[in-house]
Amino acid sequence: MRKQLRLSGSGGQGVITAAIILAEAAVSEGKQAVQSQSYGPEARGGASKSEVIIDDERIYHPHVKTPDFVLAMTQKAADKYFHDLNPDGVLILDDDLVPNSPDFKNIIRVPITKLAVEKLGKALFANIVALGVIVKVTKLVDFETIKKSVATRVPPHTVEQNMTALQLGFDAV
Amino acid sequence: MVERSYEKFFRRNRLPHLWCPGCGNGIVMKAIVQAIEKNPSFTQDNTVIVSGIGCSSRASGYMDFDTLHTAHGRAIPFATGVKLARPELNVIVITGDGDCTAIGGNHFIHGCRRNVDLTVILFNNNIYGMTGGQASPMTPLGKKATTAPYGSVDRPFDACKLAEAAGATYVARSTAFHVQHLVKTIEDGLNNKGFSFIEALVQCPTAYGRRNKMGDPAKMMAWMRDNAVMKTAWDKLSDDKKTGDKFPIGLFYKAEAEPYDVAYTHVRDLAGGQRDVASSGRA
Amino acid sequence: MSARLMQGNEAIAEGALAAGVRFFGGYPITPSTEIAESLAKLMPKVGGTFVQMEDEIASMGVVLGASLAGKKVLTASSGPGISLKQELIGYAAAAEIPAVIVNVQRVGPSTGQPTAPSQGDVMQARWGTHGDHSIIVLSPWSVREAFDIAVKAVNYAERFRTPVILLTDEIVGHLRENVELPAEVEIYPRRTPKTSRAEGYEPYTPDDDLVPNVANFGEGYRIHVTGLIHDETGFPSGSPKVTREAIKRMNDKIARAEDIIEVHQEFMDDAEFAIVSFGGTARTAYEAVLNVRKRGLKVGFVRLITIFPFADKVIRKLAGKVKGLVVAELNFGQLVNEVERAVAGQCPVKLCAKYDMTIFEPEEIEQSIDELIAEVNGNG
Repeated sequence: MRKQLRLSGSGGQGVITAAIILAEAAVSEGKQAVQSQSYGPEARGGASKSEVIIDDERIYHPHVKTPDFVLAMTQKAADKYFHDLNPDGVLILDDDLVPNSPDFKNIIRVPITKLAVEKLGKALFANIVALGVIVKVTKLVDFETIKKSVATRVPPHTVEQNMTALQLGFDAV
Repeated sequence: MVERSYEKFFRRNRLPHLWCPGCGNGIVMKAIVQAIEKNPSFTQDNTVIVSGIGCSSRASGYMDFDTLHTAHGRAIPFATGVKLARPELNVIVITGDGDCTAIGGNHFIHGCRRNVDLTVILFNNNIYGMTGGQASPMTPLGKKATTAPYGSVDRPFDACKLAEAAGATYVARSTAFHVQHLVKTIEDGLNNKGFSFIEALVQCPTAYGRRNKMGDPAKMMAWMRDNAVMKTAWDKLSDDKKTGDKFPIGLFYKAEAEPYDVAYTHVRDLAGGQRDVASSGRA
Repeated sequence: MSARLMQGNEAIAEGALAAGVRFFGGYPITPSTEIAESLAKLMPKVGGTFVQMEDEIASMGVVLGASLAGKKVLTASSGPGISLKQELIGYAAAAEIPAVIVNVQRVGPSTGQPTAPSQGDVMQARWGTHGDHSIIVLSPWSVREAFDIAVKAVNYAERFRTPVILLTDEIVGHLRENVELPAEVEIYPRRTPKTSRAEGYEPYTPDDDLVPNVANFGEGYRIHVTGLIHDETGFPSGSPKVTREAIKRMNDKIARAEDIIEVHQEFMDDAEFAIVSFGGTARTAYEAVLNVRKRGLKVGFVRLITIFPFADKVIRKLAGKVKGLVVAELNFGQLVNEVERAVAGQCPVKLCAKYDMTIFEPEEIEQSIDELIAEVNGNG
């Protein structure tokens, strides 16, 4: 069954890394996955978006048209990227960074960045907190699988904090 | 009989050369092979001559080594590739003032910066000779060229100062008149492990001298004799004496620094690399 | 080996290494930079050399120097950078130096739309440098194929002693997907002289396949290499006959090698119409074909893997079997002209073009097919 996700925010929030880790987790479970990205010319602070398609069959066209899940880490991203959501889909918002909920049926608000800052001292971990939320909400990959994928991607000395971040997100919904 | 043992370094079936009568390029080309002859670690089979485009760059075709006549201004990048691919080879670059400091200017300063182990010999005739006498970045102020018919107002480069500032580890100047000095200067450049830059002033009677009323080739060389001042003497001259056409020759700068090919071996070590096993380089 | 997630650009770097590339010179430009970054990390691990040059021209020059010294070489860039490299791509064609140049296409002309996908460099890949040069251009549609084509590009560069353009696009270059890489690949070794210097070796004497066995520098052959038109000795010649023969041979050596023409065809047995595409766009075209076939339309899928030399014979043959072709390309219309030339009026050819920073949606290509079918049936 094909599932399409869009992770969005601003450059530097790590949404592309989160999307890559999610796709890697899906691949390690034997699924097909494609991950694509688009970003503004600025490396930091510009609009940032990454899309993941997960399927049992081979995926050809790589563009997400009707996402089943959208994560928005900024108000701008929320306003821009929720429009084409599958009506039965889910919009996940950073509770503090997206003060105004777009007009959509299924919204989950999680204080993603706040959790990262308060529990781990750094907003840097927000993307991994978000990944924990996504795994819980989407049920696309096993929590154990995503833990392994995160551990392989992040710098070795940050594995422990990243595991905490993942758990924080997973437990927040 | 005059000893002409250096002749073995020439492809005699490619001679005579295409340079004009009285051109200084042949003098520098001969000085290069005489310097090579004095250095036993330079052989015809382990030395590559790389040149750009222009009168001087045609020298590569006459020299019996592996020779590479590249595109205009690009000799240094090609030479860098040869050297980094096979660090055991000696690589000499022959270039001109237009080739090296105009169209190849960026490659020149970055070759210096990396301290690639090359010996670059710039044949400076102050003009674009092959295309018939256009101004180069080393045409002196006020001198005439087909593209500077009223005299050049473009301030010229001092290529030696440029090389030193950019990081070359051997920088010297000589002239086609000071033959023994020229040979010694090139010889020392060949011995330097790193980017060696030698500016060799050459007379271009056809495209430069004639237009600037400098007389016949002998007069142009006499001008070199009369105006070149050895660096040691130059340094003692007061500024009011450094006037007119006077210019310094000799060794301007020498420094010890790791050449790029050696520096890159540290990258291989840090990366945990091994000697190449799969390379197709040697069949 | 189990599947892993890999990016197209990374796969190109991996493929090049597998094919024996041991020298990379480059300059940063999006969306090709990951190739340089991957090789900066990997090249020293295998004893190779990575060098970041001062500009695109130098990047091309440094790899050509390294190639002449015996290394298999790669450089990578995107449109504006490829424009700068053209001078020395021509040099590589003239002096017959093996080299692979990757172009990860983005929207142009000029700085255009950095990072946004495009396929606007098709004709640049063929005719970007000056003169009647020969060249090979290959284009992958998947991450796995990016690896395979990198290997092939290196092998063709060596086999034909020619520059090979690996023409990919931002779609494939930045895409990450499942790949399983082969443990081993077939490698075409560097050609070597068949006679000694004493026996009168001439570096540019063509072998039976019209390709010369030019010696590497430093092996005692004392060869001369020049961008001037040269005879078999390698030295410049001002002769009209030598010039004519040199240009003809450099073109013929590639034109007569029909085994390098690769075209991926599916659903062609019963096809009444077909979509022709290449690279990242072909992924969308494939989905479009699946969709229209669900509606009962007999539409085939044709994907050019070898862009140049152009698959004239293949296209001419299939044009005789179908009622019309759609050419889908992410540009204002480039490949379509080659297709029309090959089709030579046998059937209508309809361009499905897009040049707005976004990739095709399957529906857009489907619409072109529907329009073509309506036009053909209406006219028939």
